Amino acid sequence: MVPASGVDKVPAPNEDAEDFHLPSGLHFEGPFKILTRLSAILIIGVMAGIFLLLVLESVPVFHKFGFSFITASSWNPVSNKFGALASIVGTLATSFIAVLFGVPLALGSALFLNELCPFKLRSPLSTMIELLAAIPSIIYGMWGLFVMVPIMSHFIQPAMIKHCGHIPYVGGLFQGPPFGIGTLTAGLILSVMILPFIASVSLQAFATVPASLREAAYGTGANVWEVCRTVLIPFTKASLIGAIMLGLGRALGETMAVTFVIGNAHRLSVSLLAPGTTISATLANEFAEAFGDTYISSLLALGLILFLITFVILMITRMLFLYDKRRIPV
Amino acid sequence: MKPDPSVLLRRRIVNYCMLVLFTLAIFISIGALTAILWKLSFSGLKAFSPDVFLKSTPAPGSSGGLLNAILGSVILIVTAMVAAIPLGVLAGTYLAEYGRTSRLGDVIRFCNDILLSAPSIVIGLFIYGIIVLPSKHFSAWAGAASLCLIAIPVIVRTSEDMLRLVPNSLREAGVALGCPYWKMIVKIGWKSARPGIITGIILALARISGETAPLLFTSLNNQFTTLSMNVPISSLPIVIFQFAMSPYKDWQNLAWAGAFLITITVLGLSIFARQMLSPKRRS
Repeated sequence: MVPASGVDKVPAPNEDAEDFHLPSGLHFEGPFKILTRLSAILIIGVMAGIFLLLVLESVPVFHKFGFSFITASSWNPVSNKFGALASIVGTLATSFIAVLFGVPLALGSALFLNELCPFKLRSPLSTMIELLAAIPSIIYGMWGLFVMVPIMSHFIQPAMIKHCGHIPYVGGLFQGPPFGIGTLTAGLILSVMILPFIASVSLQAFATVPASLREAAYGTGANVWEVCRTVLIPFTKASLIGAIMLGLGRALGETMAVTFVIGNAHRLSVSLLAPGTTISATLANEFAEAFGDTYISSLLALGLILFLITFVILMITRMLFLYDKRRIPV
Repeated sequence: MKPDPSVLLRRRIVNYCMLVLFTLAIFISIGALTAILWKLSFSGLKAFSPDVFLKSTPAPGSSGGLLNAILGSVILIVTAMVAAIPLGVLAGTYLAEYGRTSRLGDVIRFCNDILLSAPSIVIGLFIYGIIVLPSKHFSAWAGAASLCLIAIPVIVRTSEDMLRLVPNSLREAGVALGCPYWKMIVKIGWKSARPGIITGIILALARISGETAPLLFTSLNNQFTTLSMNVPISSLPIVIFQFAMSPYKDWQNLAWAGAFLITITVLGLSIFARQMLSPKRRS
């Protein structure tokens, strides 16, 4: 800057003057902005690229098999006949079981931490729940294979077959030999995996409930459960459903944990105890060894179906969170 | 008006039942974590020996370690992070500073949210399509690229969130003093948001450290130690997957050792990241 040598002698800014210079590094302004913008646009590029690639690669499959790719359940690389129904049903069934068991556990844990937990235990317990989310999925898979599967095949599944196998209408779900591996085991492991996501997002949502509302409810004589039912849950409804959808999205796309325990059988079966497969498990098991254009394209088409399903779920999740002026958590 | 005692009793019973269920839920959740960590430490430590770090993966029936897998994982992760950190931080900067209210910013934010939660195996398919198919072979580059694409959304999101926490008055003060906008971002924005941005980077690191699915058909596996990025490379998660599914006892033991190693690393990173963001450090 121009040094002011005297009060009455303020020199006029003159760009030709030798001692005048603009703030340093002004010429970096343009490149820096372009650099950040390009990096950001790369994200759109990746997103569009994934869509484009999967759609282009699966066109031949839908051309060859038509709609029956989705409705047929035979998956036979030898005779080059591919139908995705078993994988799709397996994906939906395992995710449904995961949500069925994961949501009560997660909401129960979150409500416990929010309303019942002694103050000193609160932070360690919620950290432990969040650590559950940090464990890599392959560890869940190994644990499932070596710990859950023996327990399921020796204790739980025989009991289920004995006691539930004969109930009219739903008995078919619990029939067959107790392998240990299968849809039910995969769903149960997924439920533990999605639990921490749902629980921690619910906890964050409960924290937004104004203290005055809760206090008013307690003040009028409501007990803990009534406060949960009439204040906490209704107030955070959108976020809670968003949390559940987030968990569902994770369960649908989860790969390794499922691959270990699902059994990889392209078979449609009513029983939850039978081995099955999911889209992601099929991809994990078969992609690296796939041969022939039709086989690879069929697997990529499976990938497209998975991406579309999770995309829709994530869109809904995002809208639910935006309703509460929040964003999908990391 | 006197309250009906039967109603009071029913309310009380329902309340107690629900409270018991809540407590049960937290017991099951914490129990699951304990059971996993217990089995992991038990089987992992039993299989642990210096050989794990000194020898390469063995043929079934002979003794060996995980040296090539550990080395491969480190190479993949470092390469991925070297690319993901600048790209992610710059993109996050764009969203928080230049594109805060623009239409383009909204679209990018949407894409990033989707990528953040998209199944990682789909990312693997994408990399397979754009790198493995054209080059006709599996390679470490492809594996690193897929890990990079998984890390970027996490870094973008945390960088943006953390930069948004920087008060506008600080920015205005910088610009008012004649600081160019980019310099203000680097010297004021990045500097104030540094702990948060680093936390995001560590979280991204933790996430890709245990990532298996996209490596299955990008970097594949390699029985030998290699430093070349153009050939398939071994990585810890893939070796764990292969060894755990095998019928050989010593392979399964090595898988447990590897699983223990990965879990310790990932949990350590997560706890460290959490510490950095805790209120004590922030103030």
